Amino acid sequence: MSKVRLATTWLDGCSGCHMSLLDLDDRLVDMAEQIEIVYGPLVDALEFPEAVDVVLVEGAVSSDEDVHKVRLIRERSKILVSFGDCAVTSNVPAMRNEFKVEDVLKRAYEENVSCHGRIPGVGVPSLMPHVRPVHEYVDVDVFLPGCPPPADAIFFLLSELLQGRIPDLTGKSRFGA
Amino acid sequence: MGQQVVIEPVSRIEGHGKITITLDDEGRVADARLHVTQFRGFEKFCEGRPYTEMPSLVERICGICPISHSLASVKACDEILGVQVPETAVKLRRLLNCGEFIQSHALSFFYLSSPDLLLGMDSDPSKRNILGVLEKNPALARDGIRLRQIGQQIIEWFAGKRIHPAWVVPGGVNAPLSPEHRESMQALVPEALDIIQRTLVLFKQSLENYREEIRTFANFPTHFMGLVDADGNLEHVDGKLRFIDAKGNIVADQIDPVHYQDYIGEAVEEYSYLKSPYYKPLGYPEGIYRVGPAARLNVCNGCGTPLADQEWAEFRSLERGPILSSFYNHYARLIEILYSIETLEQLLNDSDILSTRIRAFAQPNYSEGIGVVEAPRGTLFHHYKVDEYGLMTWANMIVATGNNNLAMNRGLLQVAKRFINGDRLDDPAINRIQAVIRAFDPCLSCSTHLLGGKEFYISLVGADGKVIDEV
Repeated sequence: MSKVRLATTWLDGCSGCHMSLLDLDDRLVDMAEQIEIVYGPLVDALEFPEAVDVVLVEGAVSSDEDVHKVRLIRERSKILVSFGDCAVTSNVPAMRNEFKVEDVLKRAYEENVSCHGRIPGVGVPSLMPHVRPVHEYVDVDVFLPGCPPPADAIFFLLSELLQGRIPDLTGKSRFGA
Repeated sequence: MGQQVVIEPVSRIEGHGKITITLDDEGRVADARLHVTQFRGFEKFCEGRPYTEMPSLVERICGICPISHSLASVKACDEILGVQVPETAVKLRRLLNCGEFIQSHALSFFYLSSPDLLLGMDSDPSKRNILGVLEKNPALARDGIRLRQIGQQIIEWFAGKRIHPAWVVPGGVNAPLSPEHRESMQALVPEALDIIQRTLVLFKQSLENYREEIRTFANFPTHFMGLVDADGNLEHVDGKLRFIDAKGNIVADQIDPVHYQDYIGEAVEEYSYLKSPYYKPLGYPEGIYRVGPAARLNVCNGCGTPLADQEWAEFRSLERGPILSSFYNHYARLIEILYSIETLEQLLNDSDILSTRIRAFAQPNYSEGIGVVEAPRGTLFHHYKVDEYGLMTWANMIVATGNNNLAMNRGLLQVAKRFINGDRLDDPAINRIQAVIRAFDPCLSCSTHLLGGKEFYISLVGADGKVIDEV
């Protein structure tokens, strides 16, 4: 049997959901027999590959690059999992929605500096006016909330997907916890 | 202007970044830049929130070192309250931090960098990851996975949750340590010590294979900064700032972190969301300095625990003055894991550690607070201002990785000059360019608390400004 092609990525998030994935510890090693990790922060692929079976998307959509990326990911993946509270609700990153992008940038790059204050704009993405959850840009197949989702819930999710079932995650994880 | 190379995404690092390398008219490397492409805006959007929310909120800056952010945050909040934190709580916070250093350094060494170190910088890129290490050397990979797990388990036993717990609070911690958890942790110490000691032996044996990397991975003179205790020993949670120059002379010592702005300035480069802090007395960009594991071992007089002190002495004997090559951060990380395990053992045996006097209560009494800790990647500053109701009016944060921004950029240039030949990006060059960044273990989630983007790209740009190669 060929291995399931798993990709993971993060948009505007803290990597905590990925750390929770690593908290599978030995279970992740056991799963390596059935899963090939084809893209993600732990492997060396530079480009998001074609024909991905499952992708875990951590983080909210915050910049023009995130928008481009999440659309590409959707095109190339069979099952897209909105992975953690930032992807599902946009969570903490969306706290900046209360403010104008310009004011948020000014605080960091003009007010809180002592030299060369200016807003970066060369070779860096532009921020969208509002941070939004993943499903506002692309269709999502499975939602896994949690900040981060507990390792047991991630294990259940992957085990079910490996069995060819879309998991019922009721009671496995909750927002904020 | 010459040609440019762009590498994006940079892989096996904790965050989003890309690298641009510019060539001159003769096709030689002229410049190299690290672009951090994510920005989040914590310094602004915390405005109006109660200070009591800050420890939980700032944990969401980083899923790898949430403990560091919460510790810096509660220390800033302690100052806003104006209380003296009970002694047991001070120790419990230190203990929690031991768990974090173990897991975070284990992540960096085993999951992110051991594929380069064990499989080789030039090995098959499709296998160059932790699962590849598992095939080639299952014992080492399993040690790494186990050591990270031990660190995470320790955090869970103290704080109730592995990632983003809510246990440290302004004034102390919110629950005492239970005798059962103390016993469980004490039982883990021998296994953790075995793992780190055999990894140190293995790593030291392999150093011979990395002469070229040691010679070129950000190997140049800079200042160094880190916290030290009253005796000048290694300190991760409390302590005062010390700066040394490239020859090892102490240029500023026992600086109370509340005066950080007299010593550290922040500059902006238009190509990155990561700011460039500098040592103010030297100005910008001459005030380049480094933080993190090797910097800490450079600035301190010793570790203060027996096994780590032996390793520290051996480490420092590699060079006459401070250790200048950032490649040695890998080595320093292992020594700090050893130090953290020893510190954990010592503090768990403390006679007051089960005390239930663990929290001081107060209303906000001061309008400003500054909290500083050593995060795994370097010195972390949180600076808050609140109004009369304790609502946040302003925040400034200097994150560990930011301190190294100038040095990472200069290190990139050094590696690019050595390993790029002509206008083509081959895998050995690409991987080494990324590996120098990995040696700093940059946490770009943290560094971009300020905002966010994709992983890592490298582009090679020619004299005419056109991109000639990109990965």
